[in-house]
Amino acid sequence: MITPLDDFLAATVRTATPLALAALGECLTERSGVINIGLEGAIICGAFGATVAAGTVAATAGGALGLTAGFVIGAAAGAVIALLFALFTVWWRADQIITGTAITLFSLGLTGLLYKTVYGATGVGLTLPTLDAWAIPGLSALPVIGRALFAQPLITYALYLFVPWLAWWFARTHAGLALRATGESPDAALAAGVSPRRVQLLATVAGGTLAGLAGATLVLAQSGTFVEGMSAGKGFIAIAIVVLGRWSPRGVAAAALLFGGASALQYLFQSLGWTGVPYQLFLALPYVLTLLVLARASARSRAPAALARRELTLS
Amino acid sequence: MSATHQASWVGAVQRLALLVGGTVFALVLLLLVTGHDPSVALRALVRGAVGSWYAFTSATLVRAIPLALTGLCVALAFRAGLLNIGAEGQLLMGAAASAAVLGTVGASLGALALPLALLTGVAAGAAWAGVAALLRQRFGVLEVISTIMLNFVALYTVGWLVRGPLQEPTGIYPQSASLPKAVQLPLLWTGTRLHVGLVLAVLLAIGLWWWQRSTASGFRLRAVGQNPHASATIGRINVARVSVLAFLASGALAGLAGAVELTGVTFALYENLSPGYGYTAIAVALLARLHPLGVLGTAALFGALQAGGNAMQRDAAVPIALVNVVEALLILLVIAGDRLTAARSARA
Repeated sequence: MITPLDDFLAATVRTATPLALAALGECLTERSGVINIGLEGAIICGAFGATVAAGTVAATAGGALGLTAGFVIGAAAGAVIALLFALFTVWWRADQIITGTAITLFSLGLTGLLYKTVYGATGVGLTLPTLDAWAIPGLSALPVIGRALFAQPLITYALYLFVPWLAWWFARTHAGLALRATGESPDAALAAGVSPRRVQLLATVAGGTLAGLAGATLVLAQSGTFVEGMSAGKGFIAIAIVVLGRWSPRGVAAAALLFGGASALQYLFQSLGWTGVPYQLFLALPYVLTLLVLARASARSRAPAALARRELTLS
Repeated sequence: MSATHQASWVGAVQRLALLVGGTVFALVLLLLVTGHDPSVALRALVRGAVGSWYAFTSATLVRAIPLALTGLCVALAFRAGLLNIGAEGQLLMGAAASAAVLGTVGASLGALALPLALLTGVAAGAAWAGVAALLRQRFGVLEVISTIMLNFVALYTVGWLVRGPLQEPTGIYPQSASLPKAVQLPLLWTGTRLHVGLVLAVLLAIGLWWWQRSTASGFRLRAVGQNPHASATIGRINVARVSVLAFLASGALAGLAGAVELTGVTFALYENLSPGYGYTAIAVALLARLHPLGVLGTAALFGALQAGGNAMQRDAAVPIALVNVVEALLILLVIAGDRLTAARSARA
């Protein structure tokens, strides 16, 4: 029997998935000393890229290929937007926060414009393949956590592997060390023969790729359609998740679950029949939680020392 | 930034010409990319923005008023080194508070109701910005993120208010009851929709400009924005105090924008009261180089763009989102231009 709690936990993991993807991307970028406030833009561009690619390919080549194309093009769209951000901030050393804000506004406007251009004002005729949950036999029958953790779409399972891999990569590889060194002290990195510019460029594009995947997940594994502005601040929530997760992949994944839970609460209360509480309260909850979490975590946090610094080297 | 202060009228005119040129270029490019006929679309845009006295006053200038007030909000904050992206939320809370006052005690106050409603809007905008100021000062929360989160919370608060406590008496529509004539802002020009909010915006811009360049507190604001560390150590300025006050004043301006929009244009509170004025305000402020008088000019430009964009959507079936893309592109162009100029002067 499926209880409201089962549903709540499953919804928690489901809504946490795109948040975790985007936040891990931002974590990667921030460890190199770049704060990408334009993450929201990469998410919405990923969502739109996935919509167009999946819709087009699925119409001729079937659902499975359509989904693959959707995730690939979604990731690529996120990467392109991040590359634009990197051009301004890593190359020209423009202010990361103002540029990121402009990139977000640009992406929200552009996707809205292209959506109306491609699909018309109403979006009629937009049919997309969806990535459905796939229950792992055996594991999904576990009590309480079984359905939540092991009856999810494939992209969630990919995260289970990616989080420990990223932690290992940060800690144990030369490339991971170069990335962390750049974020803490570009001077030291330079002295060690690492090009801070190159590292930051790659880290920003990689972060945008993950944010693009997050956007693709929103469309292909959750809502099944594209809506203008559907990123709804998730890029900014993801930045808060990185702070709460203290810039570590496992911490970020755990923090994403907390935010997934906050978003999923509305389903729980709906199924429990709590109709007296205005639903806007639940809609606002993740944003309020972000503020509370940042207030708790910012003061004690240890951000990469060179985060958001414009001068790449002191010389 | 200091160079722009002494910039002559010639420089200002040159920049405006560049801005208009850049806008037209971006418009034509995007229209071509999205498969619209630029000549048809641009003709609709010009007609909607400045095609007639009515279009100029009732479409362009009416939209320029909230853009100028929120633009001043963003410019003031950025000048103090505070990246307040929350003008949209502060505007909504200003409108909501103002609607709440008018809806509850408005009728019993007579002639005092309107000024009180405006002041309530100012206070609510300041309070909403105050949350972000507190989070920044006490806990070191990045204000970009907190103000954006507060924008969403404000939107849902208005959504709840217009379906709950402030909903119109029949309970059918998600909006507040229409304001009676007595508490609407007077019109500036009969036969148009232009209201006295325009005078308010112009006076505030002039006041802020004078204050920033001619008073000690205005100087402290600029000093903190340029270099908080030097301001504290050499200038013995209480940086925290200046920052918090600037944040509150910035929010107050956006709150006023909300109250003015409610009492001057919409006459009722609803969720889509602002078509993103608070976000466009960032472009308005940055393109004016944060100069209060410049804000009036860029607000008029963006007011025309928004008014023309609506006409373009109506008459040439061009999505209004195109205008938002143009605005964002202009911000990016300004940033790129600044960086390239800086690089050139560093090399020279």
